[in-house]
Amino acid sequence: MAGSTPASPTADGLALPAVMRARSNSPWAEAWRRFRRHKLAMAGAVVLALITILVLFGPLFWQVAINDIDFTARLKGPSWRHPFGTDDLGQDLFARMLYGGRISLAVGLAAMMIAVGVGTLVGAIAGISGGKVDAVLMWFTALFLSLPQLPLLLLIIYLFRDVLKGIAGPEVGMFVLIVAVIGGFRWMPVARLVRAQFFSLREKEFVEAARALGATTTRTVTRHILPNSLGPVIVAGTIDVAAAIIAESTLSFLGLGFPPDIPTWGRILFDAKDYMDIATHWALFPGGAIFVTVLAITYIGDGLRDALDPRQVL
Amino acid sequence: MSRYLLRQLLYVIPSVIGISIVLFTVLALAPGDPFEELATNPAIPAEVRANLRAKFGLDDPIYQRYFRWFGAMVQGDWGFSFASRVNVDDLILGRLPVTLFVIGSSLLLALVVALPVGVLAATRPYSVFDQIASTLALMGFALPTFCTGLLLILVFSIYLDWLPFVYRADISATGWRWYWEHFRQAIMPVAVLGFFQGASWTRYVRSAVLDVIRLDYVTTARSKGLAERVVVVKHVVRNAMIPVVTLVGLQLPAIFGGAIVTEQIFRVPGIGSLLITAILANDTPVIMAVTFVLSCLVIVINLLTDVLYGWLDPRISYR
Amino acid sequence: MNEHELRHLIAKVKRGALSRRGFIQRMVGLGLTAPLASQMLSYSGIAQAQAPSAYKPTKRGGGGALKVLWWQGATLLNPHFAVGTKDQEGSRIFYEPLVGWDNDGNMVPMLAAEIPTLQNGGLARDGKSVIWKLKKGVTWHDGMPFTADDVVFNWEYAADPATSTVSIGSYKDIKVVKLDSHTVRVEFPKPTPFWGDAFCSTRGMLIPKHLFDAYRGAKSRDAPTNLKPVGTGPYKFVDFKPGDMVRGVINTAYHEPNKPHFDSIEMKGGGDAVSAARAVLQTGEFDYAWNMQVEDEILLKLEDSGKGRAIITPGANIEHIQVNNTDPWTEVDGERSSAKTKHPLFGDAAVRRALNVLVDRGSVEKHIYGRTGIATANFLNNPPRFTSKNMKWEFNVDKANQLLDAAGWKRGSDGIRVKDGKKLKLVFQTSVNQPRQKTQAIIKQACQKAGIDLELKAVTAAVYFSSDVANPDTYLKFYTDLQMYTTTMTQPDPEVFMDQFCSWQIASKENKWQGRNPTRWKNDEYDKAWRAAENELDPVKRAALFIRMNDLVIENQVVIPVVYRPRVAAVSNRLRTSLSGWDNDLFNLRDWYREG
Repeated sequence: MAGSTPASPTADGLALPAVMRARSNSPWAEAWRRFRRHKLAMAGAVVLALITILVLFGPLFWQVAINDIDFTARLKGPSWRHPFGTDDLGQDLFARMLYGGRISLAVGLAAMMIAVGVGTLVGAIAGISGGKVDAVLMWFTALFLSLPQLPLLLLIIYLFRDVLKGIAGPEVGMFVLIVAVIGGFRWMPVARLVRAQFFSLREKEFVEAARALGATTTRTVTRHILPNSLGPVIVAGTIDVAAAIIAESTLSFLGLGFPPDIPTWGRILFDAKDYMDIATHWALFPGGAIFVTVLAITYIGDGLRDALDPRQVL
Repeated sequence: MSRYLLRQLLYVIPSVIGISIVLFTVLALAPGDPFEELATNPAIPAEVRANLRAKFGLDDPIYQRYFRWFGAMVQGDWGFSFASRVNVDDLILGRLPVTLFVIGSSLLLALVVALPVGVLAATRPYSVFDQIASTLALMGFALPTFCTGLLLILVFSIYLDWLPFVYRADISATGWRWYWEHFRQAIMPVAVLGFFQGASWTRYVRSAVLDVIRLDYVTTARSKGLAERVVVVKHVVRNAMIPVVTLVGLQLPAIFGGAIVTEQIFRVPGIGSLLITAILANDTPVIMAVTFVLSCLVIVINLLTDVLYGWLDPRISYR
Repeated sequence: MNEHELRHLIAKVKRGALSRRGFIQRMVGLGLTAPLASQMLSYSGIAQAQAPSAYKPTKRGGGGALKVLWWQGATLLNPHFAVGTKDQEGSRIFYEPLVGWDNDGNMVPMLAAEIPTLQNGGLARDGKSVIWKLKKGVTWHDGMPFTADDVVFNWEYAADPATSTVSIGSYKDIKVVKLDSHTVRVEFPKPTPFWGDAFCSTRGMLIPKHLFDAYRGAKSRDAPTNLKPVGTGPYKFVDFKPGDMVRGVINTAYHEPNKPHFDSIEMKGGGDAVSAARAVLQTGEFDYAWNMQVEDEILLKLEDSGKGRAIITPGANIEHIQVNNTDPWTEVDGERSSAKTKHPLFGDAAVRRALNVLVDRGSVEKHIYGRTGIATANFLNNPPRFTSKNMKWEFNVDKANQLLDAAGWKRGSDGIRVKDGKKLKLVFQTSVNQPRQKTQAIIKQACQKAGIDLELKAVTAAVYFSSDVANPDTYLKFYTDLQMYTTTMTQPDPEVFMDQFCSWQIASKENKWQGRNPTRWKNDEYDKAWRAAENELDPVKRAALFIRMNDLVIENQVVIPVVYRPRVAAVSNRLRTSLSGWDNDLFNLRDWYREG
């Protein structure tokens, strides 16, 4: 960290107020300390870890095939044989949820990172540069906001499906494509939010002060503006995870997602919707899983936000 | 500021043209054609489809089709729907009132709920109120609208039999009954959309207020002995509005674009359902018209939000 | 029953020794009847008796509003431009053809005064012309009289390529001559056994000359009446919102006494099939919902609410799996699945036979389609007269294993069979549709047990059934090993239905994949049989030809039929409808009424 081992006695390092300086001795350790003291955030982290472990290693212990059709056990509620019940082909929902959870979680998190990463980058560059750069970047944002997603998705499938399958194999290729598509359609709000934050923050006293003291633009951005504009970014991130998990099911419905026999959470929920009053458990478990995951991620987000907020003293 | 605005206005026209080119190319390259239903009907010879394609100019090169479209658009001709054989502007205008009413009220509802709940939750972070509000909000965006919509239908239309779930644009009743019927049938779609939208906005408002509430000037205001209400409303909320304005601005074009899934579930004859039918039927003139208007709206509203930023935070300067 | 016996029976009907109804019943018993049994009689010079109408109301109107739900809304109301069933149905509220087809395949006169027969001189002995007598005293909704000029105009309008009608196929090869103010003669270029096409049923709805005359050819799109129909039907036009709502009001000058029953009609569009079923069966918000493509399980549960029932009307739409005869993975002269290639795995008949016994049609029927899809071994399932009795289906994994073992396909370490270095891995595509994805899952599991690996693929319907040349995922390109969809049979005659296996229909790059034969199967016997049936006036011989065609397709496993799908509608308890599997749902709307 620049603050702890100054390469050269730069002005901003020396002129920082005493309090901030003390804290910047190890900001990450400090943030971690604050995060750990955030009870809900820790609970969220534990739950998310549990779900991850379950979907990663669960199938090793619960060895029921996900596509084992059993017409004698259709639409059965939860039991010891089928802890989450069965669907209308008598397939075991617990096995399907475990299997699909890997994909849903991976897609949700990866797509969120892309959306937040691209959005923050675009928003930050537009927000700090202004002028022509801002105009061009905002044009791109407007373009992406107004593109009709469905035809574009169909076009992407048609252009890239076989190419990517050839390069990275069917599973990885599909995964990359799906994550890129979902992330690629969700970065615009983040970009607009970050840009707005930048507009407001770059005129604030502490930024002026840093600039007056000769800090470079990069340093001003990364050390002063960005940490202060994380609030909306974190909220957007948690919302994006939920949206990505559900968006994946829409994609597979269009034939872009994984093959139709791969049960992701979103897809199970979608298949179950017409049976909501006949077999409630079928929709309840995938819906619940998505909800709990998003809940955990939101609390983690809250914790991160409070931990990274330079103004907050816990 | 005014110089900035002037410059931005100059950008609008090339931006719009640029976007229209991209849109048109995407639509032209995307697979599918408007005559899907003719295909599986054995009684319709293949030449019929080929002739129709030729008649609608679907086999011409893309740039020719674009110039034809652009030329007509400049003269105010929005094109002609392949599926309905009607002028596109008539189709869109027919759907506009319902869309504005349903989607507009849902966004209004979302705003009316999200603002106070978000602010209140942020003034007492991690209180019981905040926890309940957060959990409800999470449900709002963790559950897809196809789920919440169906749930409402099952409860309010089927078990309780209180509300109709097929939305009808023209209701024959007159006077107060007319208003009552419209209100009744709009409750569920508005609630579903409002809940979904309001849920995420609540989170954003909460976060924005949290960012502001601990700033020095708020403490100063408090120490001046101002009432907490005044502090929150006058000093905190105004400064926390920037992200909110951004988001509302982002969602406004959606009023026009409609909410496809919700409109589908409740059979609301809005622009969203027009767009999805057009997309599924590859009715390019309709898709093009709707998305083009949408992109113009996006650009204009982005400009407006930029102006609003300056009003909310007078220190913002546009360089 | 042989040809001789049949002729004897027909002679008895002629003499009056056997009733017309008795004859048809006898035919049904022999699997030989329905729509064409009655045509059989017309060709033998026996007039068609009208089935007594079940219409009860004794006065016009007074029935209140009829609310029907179409989960795909009508997008236009000119029958000649009706792209899909939804558009035909919307038009059918206002427009009528000369005759419709009832559920037994009988012609029902609408604007025709009588059904043409040999006896009344309507049909020519050489099968090359039909004389239609029009009903007198019929007026259009605007008060103008309906005459032979209107009929002739419809032919000119539809046959003009510049108008780009969808009905052009029924009109382009015929000639229509006006004989007097209420008589026309339709002339065919060659003997035509199935003459009930032009002016009949869905493509026969008639539009008024006086309103469309100025809008022929390229100007057709400008006609205001494209959106505001003026017809002869039981309801007059009020309002139309494309894709959403069609509204009509009673036609008090309708040409049949005491009809129609309802004071107004409204057809709401949009949404999905399941919620449409709910609106009729569970809440009773609507009286009728069309095309219930809903899992039977859900339908049965909804019927329990007691507000309505599902009405199932037999038809012959067939959900089937096509087996690619060509190689979808090698490109030859710029196209995959080129007719010049042979499929690397299906060349071995054992593989095709094994697949045929691996499709568990019984389970698909029982657990997915229920009453809405009946397991079958035949491609041509209805009318019964054309149904082959020679074909059987079975589901037998052991037999599939034996077949493959015997042919030398050995299981590899991964359980997938191999022969000569070729693995039994197949790609199986269909459109996105829940019952289809479930069927895919059932077949995949059975194949797994027999050492065949299926990769499932689902394509959005809008892409799958489109005809754009650049699109690789269409059903006509068929760039996979297997595919599954439904072919609809819209007329009670299989001629056009069966041409999809003729060699001249093979889809290829040359015809821009417009041919209707995606399997690219080529068989001289089949071609000859179809050509013969096209001009065969003897109904019995003709039926035999179609049965042979069906058997050829099945014996060679060109396709594997799964289920044939009757039409399903949700109807409220008090509504009395008149439905047919051979015409639009609303074909006989004039007879619909609500019980008191």
